Amino acid sequence: MPAACFHCGLPVLEPGRYRADLLGAVRELCCAGCEAVARTIAAAGLEAYYETRSSPAAPPADLSSLEELDAAAAGSEAALIVDRVRCAACLWLVERTLQRTPGVTRAHVNYATQRAQVAWDPATTSLSALVRAVREVGYDAYPYEPRRQDELSRRESRRALMRLFVAGFGAMQVMMYAFPAYVDEGLSAEAAAMMRWAGLFITAPVLLFSCAPFFAGARLELAQRRIGLDTPIALGLAAAFCASAWATVSGAGSGEVYFDSICMLAFLLLGARHLEAAARRRAARALDPLLRWLPARPLKAGEIVHVAPGERLPADGVVTEGISSVDESLLTGESRPVRKGSGDELIAGSVNLEQPLAMRVTRAGADTRAASIARLVERAAASRPWLVDAADHVARYLAPAVVAAAGLAWAWSGDPWIAVAVLVVTCPCALALAAPVVLTRASAALLARGVLLTRARALGVLERASEVIFDKTGTLTQGDLALARALPLARLSEAEALELAASLEARSRHPAARAFAGLPLSAVSDLIHVPAEGIEGRSSGRRLRIGAARFCAALHGKPLPGALAPLEAGHTRIYLCDEEGWLAAFDLEDRLRPEAAALVEDLRARGIFVHLVSGDEPQVVAALASRLGIPAFAGGVTPEGKLDYLRRRQRGGRRIVMIGDGLNDAPVLAQADASIAMGGGAAAAQHHADVVVMRNSLADVRRVFETAQRAMRLVRQDLAWALAYNAAALPLAAAGAIGPLEAALVMGASSLVVLLNSQRPLAEPLPWKASISSSPSPSPSYS
Amino acid sequence: MESLYLLVPLSVALVFLIGWAFWRALEGGQFDDLERPAHDVLADDDRPR
Repeated sequence: MPAACFHCGLPVLEPGRYRADLLGAVRELCCAGCEAVARTIAAAGLEAYYETRSSPAAPPADLSSLEELDAAAAGSEAALIVDRVRCAACLWLVERTLQRTPGVTRAHVNYATQRAQVAWDPATTSLSALVRAVREVGYDAYPYEPRRQDELSRRESRRALMRLFVAGFGAMQVMMYAFPAYVDEGLSAEAAAMMRWAGLFITAPVLLFSCAPFFAGARLELAQRRIGLDTPIALGLAAAFCASAWATVSGAGSGEVYFDSICMLAFLLLGARHLEAAARRRAARALDPLLRWLPARPLKAGEIVHVAPGERLPADGVVTEGISSVDESLLTGESRPVRKGSGDELIAGSVNLEQPLAMRVTRAGADTRAASIARLVERAAASRPWLVDAADHVARYLAPAVVAAAGLAWAWSGDPWIAVAVLVVTCPCALALAAPVVLTRASAALLARGVLLTRARALGVLERASEVIFDKTGTLTQGDLALARALPLARLSEAEALELAASLEARSRHPAARAFAGLPLSAVSDLIHVPAEGIEGRSSGRRLRIGAARFCAALHGKPLPGALAPLEAGHTRIYLCDEEGWLAAFDLEDRLRPEAAALVEDLRARGIFVHLVSGDEPQVVAALASRLGIPAFAGGVTPEGKLDYLRRRQRGGRRIVMIGDGLNDAPVLAQADASIAMGGGAAAAQHHADVVVMRNSLADVRRVFETAQRAMRLVRQDLAWALAYNAAALPLAAAGAIGPLEAALVMGASSLVVLLNSQRPLAEPLPWKASISSSPSPSPSYS
Repeated sequence: MESLYLLVPLSVALVFLIGWAFWRALEGGQFDDLERPAHDVLADDDRPR
């Protein structure tokens, strides 16, 4: 095994050729790109990067020209998205590099969002010079149109933080003033009055500033003639404050004050909302990759654009000239390059890999597919799911009942304090807290594992699913190629043939290359990639080719040896040859995902009936089903057939979850009670999968089921508690058995119970968790 | 007990002062990025080359 490149960690295939003096020693590097980057970093005196980084750098890529940037960036300030970042040291390096570029007046990289803000003097430098400087140290930067929304959400989150601070700090301080009244009866009347006034002074801003969202919400609900969750909260807060303020102003000893309860309540409620908003912002940031392709210059439909290899396509369009392959993984999750020739459709945001292309723009800017997906997911992230609806639904009946009960209690007893006690004690904030906290925790927990929940409604279905239907290709299998068999044809041992093949394929992005990943490598040079044909290279003086039969035959002109083993169903064969003749043949197959068996087993252990329905050959499907222990299967099924199959199963009132790759299963995914799409990206989100597994691992599917179950259990517990508590407290308060002070204490305790219960872990480690290791994030080294 | 008449109003004033200080910090962007400053300490390049 050759040494690893000091910069990027890839194997060094030609030792001694690329070197740089780094951290006081000569280091081996893998290619000219890494050498240039490493020398630039060393020359700028930024070697500390190599000491502080926690991950090797991304290998440098061919990058496009920058002239267009300057035309677009008229000003002297820009926001950049920094790409190819692996760890915090990368961001430090980028920031230092920008700061040291002559003419830069300000450069700041935000570590949380991986965005850079730069300002420069237009007389001395330009945006393209800055981006070039970033590229010279091995990263890339895209100008980024800061959406107005971003600015807005930042101002909003600052204000929310201020509200939270005022409420929390106020609560602490007011509690100090309330404390003597609780413990010491011997306080002089003047001192007690002063404590109340102090409490009033601090509670006033808490109520007017911190609680403004509740009053705004209540006003909205009033305008819509319905009573939601904000109305009782606002009413309770206002009533408690007015009563306390009146008691304070009208004189000593005439009534109790509840300033501490008001502030505590506000703090708890705002805290829950703050957590919810933070989770939502994190979810929105997951969309950033979709926005990175934003072109520097506005394009119009019909325009012809030239795209160099390595460059991102700026808009949706059609190829007018050239043949190349394109990486559409950003949008489709499909990692294998797609070949594009004249007349083929292109999607904005995908990367042109091999040859220059000319394209005619069909949709640009906000009309592109990528933009519409971003909008869709954004909307989903901000939508109010059924859990909150359920709580709202209960509150819709509870809230008017509470208000009516408070009014009745007042009329019947003639004591306004009983009305306040009723409002405070039954304030349905436990109800308001429960669902959103659990739900955002669930979607954040899933997102952290690379699972996008686009409709939270699905959690309820997943929890009670009775049947699961799997698609085969790309779902249970990887949709990637793996080596099934190596057939040495002449002169070479199997190991030698594999070593040569792996060395030739080591730098290729073709799916066939993955079949050879991880094998020993030897030195090869003069690599030429021929799209859709194969790879040519030179090893110990010989010209070698790997790829399609006709591509190899073109090198030596000999016919295929007749005595080859027959090709099995579902396998693909590629060849290795040199100038003298055939060397080896390799059979590649679509590999079963390693976690598939464990997932099927787990689903069956949960009492879920598992189906396998595929368009593939019936005998292949049957073989796979028996291997995984799937009781029901059907092969050779058309998309319409799949839909029929699903409808027939649904007739019995069963809840059915469909798990597909999101590409050709769209109607089936839409018809199922809940759907999970593998592979992430555009097609899945567009076709309304409820859950998108972006990391493309079946282990994540199991987590979705697990998380749904835990989350729904917590919500049910919370709601049951809140309802039981209200049912018990309302009559007691209405009967005058609970005074306003006790009411506030009991209410606070109840909210705390719900809040703490909601914080319980959502993904409990299960005994068999060890058997499915979470797949590491895809390594870009050989792919 | 007399000290209360001084200390309680003083504490109210202090609360507003601290609230104002927090607001200044917030508007100054100190809470916008809670990760970066921690890394600044590690990545000090003041040392001689």
